[in-house]
Formats: sequence, structure tokens, C-alpha cells
Amino acid sequence: MPTRVEVHQLDAVVVGGGGAGLAAAVYLARRPGIRTGVISKLYPTRSHTGTAQGGVGAALGNCDPEGDSWEWHMFDTVKGSDYLADQDAVEIMCREAVEVVYELEHMGLPFSRTAEGRIAQRRFGGHTINFGERLSRRACYAADRTGQMILQTLYQQCIKHHVEFYDEYQVIDLLVENKRCQGVVAIEIASGALHVFHAKAVLFATGGWGRMFKITSNAVSLTGDAAALVWRRGLPLEDMEFFQIHPTGIYKLGILITEGVRGEGGVLRNREGERFMEVYAPRMKDLASRDVVSRAIYLEIRAGRGIEGKAYVNLDATHLGRGLIGEKLPDVADFCRTYIGIDPAFDPMPVQPTAHYAMGGLPTDSDGRLLADAAGAIVEGAYAAGECACVSVHGANRLGTNSLLDLVVFGRRAGLHMAAFAAGSNHDSLPDDPTGPAIEALQRIRGGKGERAAAIRDEMQATMTEHVSVFREDAGLSEAIAKIGELRQRFRDVKIDDKGERYNLDLLEAFELGCLLDCAYSTATAARNRTESRGAHYREDFQQRNDREWLKHTFQTLRDGDKVEFNYRPVTVTRFEPKERVY
Amino acid sequence: MRVRFDVKRYDPEKDEAPYFQTYEVELEESDRVLDGLNQIRWRRDGTLAFRRSCEHGICGSDAMRINGRNRLACRTLVRDVGKRVRVEPLLGLPVVRDLVVDQRRFFQDYRSVLPFLVNDEPAPPRERLQTPGDRQRFDDTTRCILCAACTTSCPSAWGDESFIGPAAIVQAHRFIFDTRDHATAERLARLNGRSGVWACRTVYNCTVACPREIQVTRAIAEVKRAALLGGR
Repeated sequence: MPTRVEVHQLDAVVVGGGGAGLAAAVYLARRPGIRTGVISKLYPTRSHTGTAQGGVGAALGNCDPEGDSWEWHMFDTVKGSDYLADQDAVEIMCREAVEVVYELEHMGLPFSRTAEGRIAQRRFGGHTINFGERLSRRACYAADRTGQMILQTLYQQCIKHHVEFYDEYQVIDLLVENKRCQGVVAIEIASGALHVFHAKAVLFATGGWGRMFKITSNAVSLTGDAAALVWRRGLPLEDMEFFQIHPTGIYKLGILITEGVRGEGGVLRNREGERFMEVYAPRMKDLASRDVVSRAIYLEIRAGRGIEGKAYVNLDATHLGRGLIGEKLPDVADFCRTYIGIDPAFDPMPVQPTAHYAMGGLPTDSDGRLLADAAGAIVEGAYAAGECACVSVHGANRLGTNSLLDLVVFGRRAGLHMAAFAAGSNHDSLPDDPTGPAIEALQRIRGGKGERAAAIRDEMQATMTEHVSVFREDAGLSEAIAKIGELRQRFRDVKIDDKGERYNLDLLEAFELGCLLDCAYSTATAARNRTESRGAHYREDFQQRNDREWLKHTFQTLRDGDKVEFNYRPVTVTRFEPKERVY
Repeated sequence: MRVRFDVKRYDPEKDEAPYFQTYEVELEESDRVLDGLNQIRWRRDGTLAFRRSCEHGICGSDAMRINGRNRLACRTLVRDVGKRVRVEPLLGLPVVRDLVVDQRRFFQDYRSVLPFLVNDEPAPPRERLQTPGDRQRFDDTTRCILCAACTTSCPSAWGDESFIGPAAIVQAHRFIFDTRDHATAERLARLNGRSGVWACRTVYNCTVACPREIQVTRAIAEVKRAALLGGR
């Protein structure tokens, strides 16, 4: 290992260059005198926000004659969450949605337009008018590359406001003592050198951990680094049992086909050609919320009604016409042509559910401040936003378009809070030997003599997809926990080929596997612990939602390496009392 | 089927010169070239360095030369390239290691065109209006993912490091032809010169290389026209 360690002192550090991180950075940098750095293991424009397709939800009311209201949006989000979301946070998100979308437009985001020149909006699952009366057009979109346009627009604003970028730096450890964060330790990928970022405020915005599954829409880089690092430091993770399996990934590949296809009128069909969602969700049909649609697809496949008896169904957009597909869904059409050789204007798309989004994560308050325990104590100077965070606005199931919204609204709020905090505080002193644990973690991987990371990763992904996916039950979850436990042991001796310093992805991929294993362990243990069904968490042995015992957030803390301690935090209910959820 | 990968290797720390290393990989016709590279690193030789992330042509990480053409490894299927695949790093940028090139200069050029909306008028309480036609005017260039495939395929860029390159011009086009933007003159000041659009010799390599099928040469021509006319 190199002995040279560079120390940077900044006011604020943002870990992760996706939408949440860049939104925070823009608002940090707008405040004079706050020196802000963004650390990202990718060039920021390559972050996974860029793959979000369909839209960002906001009650602008540009496309429905009766207009729209943030309160309807709030109701839909709370219902979509199966009543597990904290309603004070959801209210903030849906109220601020309108303002942040206009602000993105003012920053230059090239939204698609209506004939009147306003931001165009389309239908999306679970979004309705007047508390569930009928589907609303709420998803503000830029063709089917809305996420790419949000990511680029925020990156452009960061350049305008002179944010400092540390591109291709990967965070290996966070520095936290006595519930106060001092900074992070990162490796400069190009050189292998270690850097200490000493900061007053640190934001984690590292995205999700979908790579713990075999079939996923997630990029290779989505390995739950922040979740694992926080958990290893004895801090809690919240609601990790809730992982969204999106209904429509390309068969076998998992590449996302946006819900916008169904928003524009596409329908799901089984091998008989039946529009089966009419049975499972008579009113919302194909635009019921994602957990409902994914379960329906699996039930069809189980009943032998997958296409040719295989594990997929068809997403039929052939009636929409070439013109509409070319104008509003060009990238989806391109994926289909490139990867499966079909044209969605003429052929149905073969789809299967694909692991997509972590509802749980690093617990925060509505200003992004990291919680130290279920009672709500704060880790001073530490923040989280975007998919890695759990505010919680998505509860047990996230609605489409609410992830892009979440990352802009709470990225902005975190950035503003961090700026004020940094302006009014001093740097806490660095711990003795700040790089010690990071060096130890990397040295262990460099010295390993066991098996390659890929072998362990394959088994983890197969286990998670088999036992911790759409349908879960006690025996399978117990088997998964035992297996992941065994894999975590085997990981302690993981072996790499590459002993060099420069651009050593062998080393970093092994490090990332360690993070994924922690996320998988957390997810599986939380899933076994919650003996009810709610949103994306469906237990075949406990098929009903149980508000009396389980209307609460899970807080999990890791003790002694593999013991998981559970605590709970009440759900904040303000406007909408929990009731039965029907689509 | 068995596919032979000839991969250009170079670690400036220990190799005197680049060399090709051959790997045989078992792949399906519908697999991506990236799947082959992943198999090599994950199961055969962990020392092979290359960038990748989203694996479906949106993040722009894995642009490289595949059988002599700049392509994204995740958008290139085995059936498109056959049983022998030659993989090399992008040309014209320094090699960090193997297939990884140093892209700092590429992003500096991008930054030099003021790649952000400039409009100092007070913003209205709602959105700024823009007709679908005006929005369509710059639609093609909003699709750029900054993968660098175009700029590193351009002979003018290979021959002249001061040339800003096609990607930066595409980004400038995206703002110059946006009715909401007010900085056309500043951008054209950067672009109307020998290191700007006039270094372009209309070779069309950039258009062929673009994995997003952006009409890059056309966009450059439109910026040239704007430079001559002094505005869009």
C-alpha cells in the first residue's frame, strides 16, 4: 500500500455524483464561502440517475383539465407506500415538487413540451386525481431520458457554481466518533493513493444496492457502499426489508423498460394474450403500483401462463404506433432493437420483474441529517439523500417518478442544511490514524488466499433472487440468511489477482462485494423479522398487513460482526389514516 | 460459441510498451462484448482494467475501440463482431492502464463551452415557455452522454490537441439552439476559430462513432453556420 496520504480540508463533502449528490452540491456552492467537493467513483455524468427514464412527479396540472394538487400526490404516495411512509416527509416532498421542477426548468432542463409550451406530463402507476378517482398525468418528462437530463442539468449547474470534483475517487471509510462525523477516506482510483477528506459536513448520496440480485436494472456500481460503511460503524439502517422489484425488465437482461410505456397505453399480456392486470387491479389495471404488478406477473408465470411457459410475459405497445414510440419512447425502442432485435412498434416486449430500488437505507430526518438511533438522535455533520437514504417517503413501496423527485427535493434540503451547518461550525479534529481501518480493509483483500469475488457474488445473487425477492417465507429466508452468513465468512479470505496500484478494479470490486454482502445480510434478516406483508415485502406465511403490530419502521444495528439488533420507530401519520389498499 | 479476444494491455508502471493479450471466452451470440470483458476480469484475469457501469448504453463509461471502431462495449453484441474481437483503448488520450484512458482533457474541453444555461432575466413563477418546435430544434444534441467516442475518432483531434473536439461542440449546440439561452456570443467566441469548429474537416467519423446516433457532423455544421451568421 502507498504510504503517501493526502489530506484535504473542505467545508462540505458530497459522496456520490448522482442526482441527489449534485443537487446538494449546487445549493451548497450557491452559498458564498462554502468550499464544496464532490467525490464520485464514476465521472458524475455516468451515475445511475442517468438511466431513469419515465419522469419526475409534480402536481403541475399541465395536462389534466381538472388540474392537480400536491395533496392528491401526497395521498397517492402514502397509499403507494402501503402507509409506511412518514407523512410529514411525504408532504414536504409533494409540496416542494412543484417548485423544484420549475427550478430545474429554469436551470435549463430540456423537458418535453405541450402544445402551449408548458412542461409535458404523462401518466404513471399509482398517480391519481382526487384521491384515487382516476389516473392523472403527473410525470414531467424529457422523452424517456428524464433522469439523464436531470443529471446533466445538475452537473452543468455545479460547473457554473465552481463545485470541486474528485472524479473516480472511491470512498472506503467514513470517519465518525461520538456521534460526530469528521469526514471520509477515499482511494484515488487512477493512482491508488489514499485521501482523507476532512469536512464539517458529509453527505452520502451513493445510490442503491440492486447488484445483490441476479436480475436487476441497476448498474454495476450500485453496491451499497454507504449503507455498508454506516452499518459497520455501528449505526442503524432503516426498513431494509423493502426492496422494489420493478415489473418490467427485459427478459434475462433486467434492463429497465420504463413504466412510461404503460403510462402511454402499453399493456401486459400473458401467453393466452389476456390483459391479466384487469383481474388483479380492476380499476388501475396496468398502472397499479409496482409491487402489485410484479406479484401479478409472478402469479401468471407460476400458473403456467408465462409466454411459452417461460418466466416472462409480454408488454404490448404495438397499438401505440411508430410515431408516438419514436417521439416519446425512443430509448426504449433502441434498447429493444439493440439487445433483443425487436421493434416495439411491431412486436411485444418480453419482460420479467427486475430488482430496481431500495426503499430502505440510511435513516434521516427531512433535512437529510443522519439518525444515530431509532429514538431520533442525530449524527452531527453526517447527511444522506437519494436512494441510499430512508427519509422515509417511499415506505414499503415507491411510486414511479418519486425517486427522481426524492433526490432533487431532499438533495436540495440536505445541501441547504449542510451549508448553514458548515457556516456555523468548525472542523472537528480528525481521529488518530484516520486511514487505519481503510488500509486494514484493503490490505486484507490484497492478502487474501481464498476464492475470487465473482464466485461469492454469483452465489449471493442467486440466493437473493431465489429467496428474498417478490415472494418470501420463513424457511427460504432462514436459508438465505445462513447462506449469506457463510458467504460473509468466505469473503474474509477473498482473493484478487491484481496487486498493482493504478486503476485496480479487481481490488475495488472485491471491496464492493463486501458492501453488497452486508446489504444482503441486512435485507434478509429484516425480511425474516417482519412477519406481515406490506408493499414490496410479501410473506407467503403472513399474507396480511398487520398495522397493530407492524405499522412501524425497522431499525437494524450490527453487533459483533454478525448479530443483528432490531429496534423500531413509529410511523408519522398526519393526514391519511391507514386503510385497505385497492387499485 | 468460443470468441477470441485480443486485448491491448499496457500498465505504464511496469510495461515498456503496449502489447496484445489473447483470451478465449465462451459467449452467446446475443451477449455483449462487455460480457466477454467481464468474464475475463471476473473469472480469468483480474488485472484487466476497463471502465463500465450501466451496461446498456446510457452511462457512457465503456467507449473503446472494438475491431477498429469506437463503440460502447455494452452496445456491441457478439453477433455484430463475430468470433474474433480486437479491443483497444480510445485513441488520442493518454492511457492510464489497459483500456482506461485519461479523460481529464476531454472534460476540460467540455467545460470551456459554458455547458450550462445562461439566462439572467428573472425567472417566471412557473416554467419558461418553449414551443415543441423550439424544443425539437436542439433535441438531438441533448442525447449526448459524454462517452468521448466521437472526439477520439476524429483525425483533427488526433492531430491537434488544441482542437476542442466534436463532443464539446455538440454540447455547445445544445445551448446555442435553445431559445431560453442568452450566451450564444460567448460560446461562439470560443468556437469560431482554429481550435474550434474550423478544425473540423467534415470527415464524419464522429457521426459514425456516436453510440447515440446523434448527427454530430450536422450539429457541427449548424454551429459553423451560426458562427458565420453571428447567431442561431
